[in-house]
Amino acid sequence: MYKIQEAEMLANNIYRMVVEAPRVAQHCLPGQFVIVKADEEGERIPLTICDYDREAGTITIVFMPIGESTKKMKDLKAGDAFMDFVGPLGQPSEFCSEDIEELKKKRIVFVAGGVGTAPVYPQLKWLHEHGITADAIVGAKTKDLVILEKEMSAVSNLYITTDDGSYVRKGMGTDVLRDLVQNQGKQYDVCVAIGPMIMMKFVCLLTKELNIPTVVSMNPIMVDGTGMCGACRLMVGNEVKFACVDGPEFDGHLVDFDLAMKRQQMYKTEEGRALLRYQEGATHHGGCGQCGGDK
Amino acid sequence: MAKGLNRVPVREQEPKVRATNFDEVCLGYNKDEAVEEAQRCLGCKNAKCITGCPVNINIPAFIAQVKEGNFEEAYKIIGESSALPAVCGRVCPQESQCEGKCVRGIKGDAVSIGKLERFVADWAKENGIKPVPAAEKNGHKIAVIGSGPAGLTCAGDLAKLGYDVTIFEALHKAGGVLSYGIPEFRLPKDKVVAAEIENVKSLGVKIETNVIIGKSVTIDELLKDEGFEAVFIGSGAGLPMFMGIPGENANGVFSANEFLTRNNLMKAFRDDYDTPIAHGKKVAVVGGGNVAMDAARTALRLGAEVHVIYRRSEAELPARAEEVHHAKEEGIIFDLLTNPVEILTDDKDWVTGIRCIRMELGEPDASGRRRPVEIPGSEFEIEVDEVIMSLGTSPNPLISSTTYGLDVNRRKCIVAEEETGKTSKEGVYAGGDAVTGAATVILAMGAGKAGAKGIDEYIKSKNA
Ligand SMILES: Cc1cc2nc3c(=O)[nH]c(=O)nc-3n(C[C@H](O)[C@H](O)[C@H](O)COP(=O)(O)OP(=O)(O)OC[C@H]3O[C@@H](n4cnc5c(N)ncnc54)[C@H](O)[C@@H]3O)c2cc1C
Ligand SMILES: Cc1cc2nc3c(=O)[nH]c(=O)nc-3n(C[C@H](O)[C@H](O)[C@H](O)COP(=O)(O)OP(=O)(O)OC[C@H]3O[C@@H](n4cnc5c(N)ncnc54)[C@H](O)[C@@H]3O)c2cc1C
Ligand code: SF4
Ligand code: SF4
Ligand code: FES
Repeated sequence: MYKIQEAEMLANNIYRMVVEAPRVAQHCLPGQFVIVKADEEGERIPLTICDYDREAGTITIVFMPIGESTKKMKDLKAGDAFMDFVGPLGQPSEFCSEDIEELKKKRIVFVAGGVGTAPVYPQLKWLHEHGITADAIVGAKTKDLVILEKEMSAVSNLYITTDDGSYVRKGMGTDVLRDLVQNQGKQYDVCVAIGPMIMMKFVCLLTKELNIPTVVSMNPIMVDGTGMCGACRLMVGNEVKFACVDGPEFDGHLVDFDLAMKRQQMYKTEEGRALLRYQEGATHHGGCGQCGGDK
Repeated sequence: MAKGLNRVPVREQEPKVRATNFDEVCLGYNKDEAVEEAQRCLGCKNAKCITGCPVNINIPAFIAQVKEGNFEEAYKIIGESSALPAVCGRVCPQESQCEGKCVRGIKGDAVSIGKLERFVADWAKENGIKPVPAAEKNGHKIAVIGSGPAGLTCAGDLAKLGYDVTIFEALHKAGGVLSYGIPEFRLPKDKVVAAEIENVKSLGVKIETNVIIGKSVTIDELLKDEGFEAVFIGSGAGLPMFMGIPGENANGVFSANEFLTRNNLMKAFRDDYDTPIAHGKKVAVVGGGNVAMDAARTALRLGAEVHVIYRRSEAELPARAEEVHHAKEEGIIFDLLTNPVEILTDDKDWVTGIRCIRMELGEPDASGRRRPVEIPGSEFEIEVDEVIMSLGTSPNPLISSTTYGLDVNRRKCIVAEEETGKTSKEGVYAGGDAVTGAATVILAMGAGKAGAKGIDEYIKSKNA
């Protein structure tokens, strides 16, 4: 059993938990994920590692309850435990293995959408600890859904935006990125985009236009997370890739997002579909026109 | 009839009934039936059946005990060679192994060796007979990676010799393919698999689940930091292959591994478990091995009409004869000498059909089997709403890519000596599907035994 040390609601329907998992904490790096299972009957749910403490042997996860399984998880309290918790899975972010002096020369911008803010945080923190302060654009639907603001601003130059203008400014992450590059003279060598697939797709369309190489973190349906089932397969540059072992981070300009979004719908429950509509609603209309899988 | 040409028939669930449930198909022999079937064994001096068994169980000796009703003795004799008789009696391809060599089979039916082995193992379980733990611990720590037949056997043998053994398993449940791959209706999970695992634990073996070697911890760390003196790798061959045909990424196309894992490991067929599974109405399963049969019969039980699409003819089907026979009885449709060329989809990318081409058998290839060749212009379509790809598997590179100095061959299989399991890296042994590529339970078990022997010799020579 994997004991939960802390459990709290970060924002409206976004939960954060600190879980004892010494083997994972000892070996994980930014960009990797875990798979958790609440109880005997539960599903295996993949979640990005949002923070880790090697000394305390703990991992922090942040998630949004969607269907049956994630709802079951949100009711767990400090002192309760997950039955299963395995990781670290997937490849660490590419910069973890880059030469640090070379990396320092790079101008990096992060674009986070919704809960995607959580996985961006360990990357910013890692860079900050290595003397690099990146720009970070966080887009949320509305003020209540802005998470980790304090933590993020301590390790990055933070730009917040809300779809409805209820906090800081009105607009989407892509609007801010365009503004920074086209009006404020910013130049970037790398963009890292993490959030709902539709948001990553639109960031990639923009960065292709702006000529900024872009890394995205894919979250397809998974079962084992070790390369055994193929549920997580994606097309990246016309090659089949398994997100759990080859990713989850890929060159966003090569990912076939339309296919990935259709595949993600495969087992969605009614609640899941409703939430997806809500989450991605603003970008749905006049967007890709491909996400008819909702119905 | 007892000593006649025909074997004592084994009781099975009616095909119509079992097609709608996940309970075991074969009910096995009872005492009387087992004793009666045992009478058919001639107790050959030069017993050919033994040479057909990869672990050389002393078949005439155990059957002689069954004849006399000494089931505990019979169990001990099997136990000298096999650690998982309840499993092997159920899943070994007996017709090409022990029973394939039985002299009784020259004229009439071979002795039902598998069913007798299963009976003895089940009897021992019901009567609480357990393997005996080592009298004394020797204090040496050994790590075993993977809890499939190879890992379980290696761990059990080492524990009996007094070693302090820990198995590390990536999934949340032990058993390897026995847990995630082979379905309940062929190999009951609680009654057989869990019981075998409990046996291994009762010898003192610890099992740590949710540990992925190469990710959660590396082999080098186990050896350097965690005090293990040797490691056995029994990580199997779990990576699914796909065909690379158009439409293969559509919704409704699964690898057999995904489909079976959802159903068996995650128990998607039960209402009280959360994991979903697709319930197709008409399902195509591509492939002809045991995995394909298991996927097909699972889909059938979930309510589908099922077509097995295989490119060679019936004679070449690699699955166990019994599974093919059972599948046919249950109403699975075999589209033989047929190969898929494309998966058809609707505008939302869901499967609507599969386009196939007819094949004929040409000249034998390197493997000696006649090679299937396409018949030009013979394409046709089958309307289906789900496709399960069951084309074989290969070893996972997770371990080999993170272990310094461990050699693998072209097929990503770990290179290991057959007699000892010794690899290119000191203190590291390997066996089972990780070394041979996808094979059988009994071969994996044999490799686990060899590995235990190799490790024991290594530790002794190091401390001599
Ligand atoms: C690498 C990775 C990292 C992730 N990190 C996070 C994170 O940090 N925080 C967070 O809130 N969510 C994250 N997700 C998404 C999270 O796993 C899903 O939200 C969750 O599986 C939904 O399950 P559900 O049963 O509650 O929802 P439902 O909508 O009821 O889901 C029904 C079924 O669809 C499958 N499914 C639906 N959406 C997804 C999805 N996006 N990914 C995988 N399976 C899905 C589930 O297996 C489930 O069986 C991540 C996914 C991946 C692959
Ligand atoms: C559906 C199906 C049906 C089959 N039917 C039959 C049959 O009827 N008869 C027969 O004889 N054979 C059958 N086989 C083949 C047989 O099951 C295998 O040959 C046998 O299980 C191989 O045993 P193993 O111990 O080498 O590997 P596996 O049983 O594959 O076990 C390997 C274990 O190692 C774990 N592992 C992998 N990587 C790591 C890691 N990095 N860290 C920790 N753990 C790891 C895996 O999760 C797994 O539990 C079938 C196979 C399948 C898939
Ligand atoms: S282990 Fe398999 S091959 Fe050997 S005797 Fe038993 S059923 Fe036959
Ligand atoms: S070959 Fe057949 S008859 Fe002879 S000992 Fe073996 S099982 Fe008995
Ligand atoms: S989740 Fe099964 S292969 Fe990636």
